[in-house]
Amino acid sequence: QTHFLSLSLQAKMSRPVQARRLEGIDKNIWVEFVKLAATYSTVNLGQGFPDFPPPDFLKEAFVRALSGENHMLHQYTRAFGHPPLVKILAQFFGKLLGQDLDPMTNVMVTVGAYQALFCCFQAFVDDGDEVIIIEPFFDCYEPMVKMAGGMPVFVPLRPKAPKDGKLMSSADWQLDPAELASKFSERTKAIVLNSPNNPLGKVFSRGELEVIADLCVKHDVLCISDEVYEWLVYDGKEHIRIASLQGMWDRTVIIGSAGKTFSATGWKVGWTVGPNRLLQHLCTVHQNSVYHCATVAQEAVAQGFQRELKLYGKPESYFVQLPKELQQKRDWLIQSLDAVGMKPIIPEGTYFLVADISEFKSDVPDVPDSDEPYDSRFAKWMVKNKGLAAIPLSAFYCGAHKNNYNHFIRFCFAKEEATLKAANDILQKWKREKTNP
Amino acid sequence: TMAFRHKNTRRIEGLDSNVWVEFTKVAADPSIVNLGQGLPDISPPSYVKEELAKVAAVDRLNQYTRGFGHPSLVKALSQVYERVCGRKIDPLTDILVTVGAYGSLFSTIQALIEEGDEVIIIEPFYDCYEPMVKMAGAKPVFIPLRNKNDGNSASSADWVLDPAELANKFNSKTKAIILNTPHNPIGKVFTREELQVIADLCIKHDTLCISDEVYEWLVYKGNKHIKIATLPGMWERTITIGSAGKTYSVTGWKLGWSIGPQNLIKHLQVVHQNTLYTCPTPLQEALAQAFGIDYKRMDDPDCYFYSLSRELESKRDRMAQLLQEAGLKPVIPDGGYFMIVDVSTLNVDLSDVDEKQPYDYKFVKWMITSKKLSAIPLSAFCGPETKREFEKYIRFCFIKKDSTLDAAEVILKNWNKQTA
Repeated sequence: QTHFLSLSLQAKMSRPVQARRLEGIDKNIWVEFVKLAATYSTVNLGQGFPDFPPPDFLKEAFVRALSGENHMLHQYTRAFGHPPLVKILAQFFGKLLGQDLDPMTNVMVTVGAYQALFCCFQAFVDDGDEVIIIEPFFDCYEPMVKMAGGMPVFVPLRPKAPKDGKLMSSADWQLDPAELASKFSERTKAIVLNSPNNPLGKVFSRGELEVIADLCVKHDVLCISDEVYEWLVYDGKEHIRIASLQGMWDRTVIIGSAGKTFSATGWKVGWTVGPNRLLQHLCTVHQNSVYHCATVAQEAVAQGFQRELKLYGKPESYFVQLPKELQQKRDWLIQSLDAVGMKPIIPEGTYFLVADISEFKSDVPDVPDSDEPYDSRFAKWMVKNKGLAAIPLSAFYCGAHKNNYNHFIRFCFAKEEATLKAANDILQKWKREKTNP
Repeated sequence: TMAFRHKNTRRIEGLDSNVWVEFTKVAADPSIVNLGQGLPDISPPSYVKEELAKVAAVDRLNQYTRGFGHPSLVKALSQVYERVCGRKIDPLTDILVTVGAYGSLFSTIQALIEEGDEVIIIEPFYDCYEPMVKMAGAKPVFIPLRNKNDGNSASSADWVLDPAELANKFNSKTKAIILNTPHNPIGKVFTREELQVIADLCIKHDTLCISDEVYEWLVYKGNKHIKIATLPGMWERTITIGSAGKTYSVTGWKLGWSIGPQNLIKHLQVVHQNTLYTCPTPLQEALAQAFGIDYKRMDDPDCYFYSLSRELESKRDRMAQLLQEAGLKPVIPDGGYFMIVDVSTLNVDLSDVDEKQPYDYKFVKWMITSKKLSAIPLSAFCGPETKREFEKYIRFCFIKKDSTLDAAEVILKNWNKQTA
């Protein structure tokens, strides 16, 4: 065994073993907060998943698929999407978009919407490309852009003060059109749109989408449209698909999620819809990264959509019932929070809401020169001491902006009545302790 | 017309074509006896399906689980592999669950390989290795397995690496070597001595080893699957990849795993959390239960890991016999569920087929249309320099039910009669 290593070998051994593309993307808020919730929480309104089951018709479809005579459903299916699923998705979204969609070229199935996002960034973002991200944002957009060698460019939704005495709505958080326009440069490759928006619950209006669309067309920029909460809109609001706006179909990839659509987040079935000249590149990424998605869940989701197509717009449709139920839960939680002095922002959509915890600040003293944003320390204190798990809003901002809105936390209300009641009990008790220490 | 300048990124340039996309389409016709793509048409064991049915009824198992791997699954994997490897494996830090072994290969390569790196790939190779290495910006360096008996190959063991040739491929840029044992497509099971040659070079050049062992349980009499990670000095530099699809005949579950030291696995976990975050929950739970059942009977010949291997050995022998009776000389695999055969002896003249494809591509397409039998051309598994050498071989998959092999038998018997 030689003790003299060549210079080149020494150089190699002194380099980090991991690839440079991982630089700055190793931290992840969920790893920490999911662990905390698992350890301390009695009521988990943190991570975004329902604590109620998927609908019976979907579970039954799953059992039929796995135990049926056709055991080939346990083997590989078509790589870009199980034929029954892409066919029904093409039909369904074709109807919603008013277009003829080809299931083989206008739809690609992915391992959750998460992998759809990954394919988009890998397919279209090269070194030095800029990608506009609207804050607050679902946290994975930033590291995915970086991993693709791109530069995230942030533009904030800014809150307008609500009318006296009224609770703020997610509609009050808006982009400044001039500020947005200033973010577009010749290096801008894409903008990521998330409507309905996680974490605020904002549902972008037609006018707001038109501002974005005009800029995309003017600057020849792609739109990655994350619409996973498309069915969860309240108060009669309409979810408008930016791809249906003038000039947008050709430059938009629409992303959807069976997990959110059918309350089955653990199935990890997502999809992309768009023009072939964009989707073909997503297919290239997909066939060189995961290649196939699991078959049985795709078969079940296909059956779920077939049912929904038949019942579209009718009261028995899951897409009508689910938002109705969730709106009730939303209103419940709003009442609970408002009653104790946490100020909820009424979400127009999604199953999240954000609340201002300023009145509870005395429980968690400021730590000067702390690296950690206030709301993060607050959320950690709250789960450890009150057993109530929520996510700090700063998790949805880039590093430089984490302290801009650091007195808000996000709650997930896709929970059974019993869970929301238990949350209410915790909040009420907490308030009592504050007024009568 | 509106401006539109958007094309694909550099990283996927030239990676759009794919032998599977081409051949699975062609062979999808149900009248074709499909011995091409590597998927079983036998049923998975019934207890595996039953576990999945049980899981579907548990509400919380339809929602997100732990990102790096469902707790009961990583625990079950650590148990099985601790026993196999004879070392402690931490379920939380030494294992990552991925979307198939394919996902493990991707996570490993994205985590540890970058521009400026070279990666040694042994030919023939499972076709995704090359594009994945290229997508990471690195350079694939090929080295072929060579038939040491020069034309008279009866066994996969006849195909070997030349140690001096292999040593020459290593240099200061060599970040990793990809090993696949048991090997797809040849079915070679690397011996301890052969693995030691590779290990010595990895240690000497401080090179990582990406060991694709998806067929680890499918080794036939007289052969033993040895994990290169168990050789001295190798655990710390090896990622070992496994597959539920191949272990339990459930390729459509798309679950795989990477096992290795924490200081390497942690980087795969970073890739995973930035690509798809978590794998499906119900499938992971069902797989954990199935592993629990078989872990308990790892001393028992009825354990599925061994019973499947026995079942496949007789299919292997039958497939070999059918090909021999048709006048062909198949390479008998020591492991895996593929068999390669030199078809040049059939003298099928395809020179009038006006395509710039290698002979074996043309042969397989011709065989599909005229004989209703499909296989996969071997040149799909080769780098540019070796395609000529391998274009007389095609690959058959024999993890097929009896009726499929019966149908293949009819075609092969009639073929012989026709050409006689």
